[in-house]
Amino acid sequence: MLITLVVSAFLIWVMPMLIATYTLTVLVIYGMLGLSLGLIWGFGGILCFGQAAFFGLGAYTYAIAAVNIGESTVPMVLAVLVPAIFAALLGAMMFYGRLTDVYLGVITLVVTLILFKFVNSSAGPQFVIGKARMGGFNGIPGFQTLNVPGNPDAYVWGDPYFYVCAVALVIVFLLVTCLLRSSFGRIAIGIRENETRMALMGYDVAVRKTILFAIGAAIAGLAGALFANWAEIVTPGLFSLGQSAEIIIWCIVGGLGTRFGPILGAAGLAYLKFVLGQQSMIDNTLITGLILVMFVLFLPKGLVPAVAALWRISFGRTRRKPQRTGRRRARHG
Amino acid sequence: MAETVLETHGLTMRFGGVTASDNVNFKLKARELRCLIGPNGAGKSTFFKCVTGLLTPTEGQVFMRGQDVTGWQPHQIAALGVGIKTQTPNVMDGLSVHENIWLSARRFHDTTEAKARADTIIDRLALGPIARTDLGQLAHGERQRVELGLVAVSDPWLVLLDEPAAGMSAQDVDRMTEIIHELTRTAAVVIVEHDMQFIRSIAQTVTVFHQGAVLIEDHVDRVMSDATVRRVYLGKNA
Repeated sequence: MLITLVVSAFLIWVMPMLIATYTLTVLVIYGMLGLSLGLIWGFGGILCFGQAAFFGLGAYTYAIAAVNIGESTVPMVLAVLVPAIFAALLGAMMFYGRLTDVYLGVITLVVTLILFKFVNSSAGPQFVIGKARMGGFNGIPGFQTLNVPGNPDAYVWGDPYFYVCAVALVIVFLLVTCLLRSSFGRIAIGIRENETRMALMGYDVAVRKTILFAIGAAIAGLAGALFANWAEIVTPGLFSLGQSAEIIIWCIVGGLGTRFGPILGAAGLAYLKFVLGQQSMIDNTLITGLILVMFVLFLPKGLVPAVAALWRISFGRTRRKPQRTGRRRARHG
Repeated sequence: MAETVLETHGLTMRFGGVTASDNVNFKLKARELRCLIGPNGAGKSTFFKCVTGLLTPTEGQVFMRGQDVTGWQPHQIAALGVGIKTQTPNVMDGLSVHENIWLSARRFHDTTEAKARADTIIDRLALGPIARTDLGQLAHGERQRVELGLVAVSDPWLVLLDEPAAGMSAQDVDRMTEIIHELTRTAAVVIVEHDMQFIRSIAQTVTVFHQGAVLIEDHVDRVMSDATVRRVYLGKNA
């Protein structure tokens, strides 16, 4: 816990010297989005192809609520709650229906598609929620961005906004850590390992998976709201399949079954995409694809587990006991 | 008279045109040890799955301690205090022996109590040296033993074991027999088994299945010397 705080404080201090805070902010937000899938997939065994749906839902909820309310505190809370409730309903339907991996993937994929299609075709004047026009393909611009709670005129933007996002990510990371160390988290890992066995021990697998799925959606929703504040516009592109696929790639590259891996994968690949986006020689989706193929072939467990293994091989021999705890940590994230 | 802990009334399970379990009436008393035997396809495992909730029977009812549990989910049945071991080892391969057993104990006890119970079971089953090893790295016999540990740590009053001795060495089987005898002090135990030698060493009352129905139910010695049972097993016509 202390190490996490020290390392994150150091990174928050050093990183703005290397990369512009405007870019860093979105890397941090993607990190949080990566962590949301890393939690439910890496520790709950739920492969969701529609994490972007919750991200987009969070962003749209924030934008619509902000247009109507005009102060950012309640919209931020709603942006976490709405995706969580949506995921709880969707999850309950899937997990109580005993859907297995493939069907779960298909359903989450289709839900993302439906949301994308719906939001994309909501340009007409009849698509109004309160004062907010859905805007179809053009999205919703010009909503109230993050302000100091209770003071709508004190906008949080620029460097301070980066620090808000970074601290939010650290808090979410610590909450995820606590969750995974709690009985609920350990049982979730047990369910990932063997659902039948956990059911035969008397655990209600469906309700636990539903709760974990909703927690993952809540984190994705928060990331979505932060993204909306950063971009100052929400568009249907947030719900796109490309976005969903990218989140999965972040998790694979960073390392599934770790907490830090998906964050690193997300920030690293998003930064690479940003850098490659500044040139026109090579198409950057090609590079992302190539990286994924390379990782699947040569580092199937992802970056963080591979580095952890290398660390053990190099420094683990002389100190036996720490090696063991190191291994446990790595597995539990 | 001891309480009846498990009872089925006319339990029938059909898969399409195949009747895998045919009108099975079964009764088990508290702390009784019962073996279910029969040739391949006799319906032992189907019966087992119907009782544990892995399958919902087409007809008939299952009662546990007088409660109708027909159509219940496995986790609801397990939550009553029923320990279940399936045919193939069903364990958490990516987790350590201790974590596996802790997870089972945690279902019915708080965190500290679960840890204490897990430690006790690990000592009792002589799993100490491998307590921190992942299940995936263990030999078959050890995995089976851990799975029995998972069942034992939850203090069940009814234990259902599907082929616990399958693929185990003689030494492992001896240890398994010991553990099962210990379980019968507090629980009724049903064992579905194939291995006749193991049955002889452990069983008192045996229920023989044949073509989905109960063929005979008697003391192990009488069952073994029964002409019909021999014919069924050896496939000879009398």
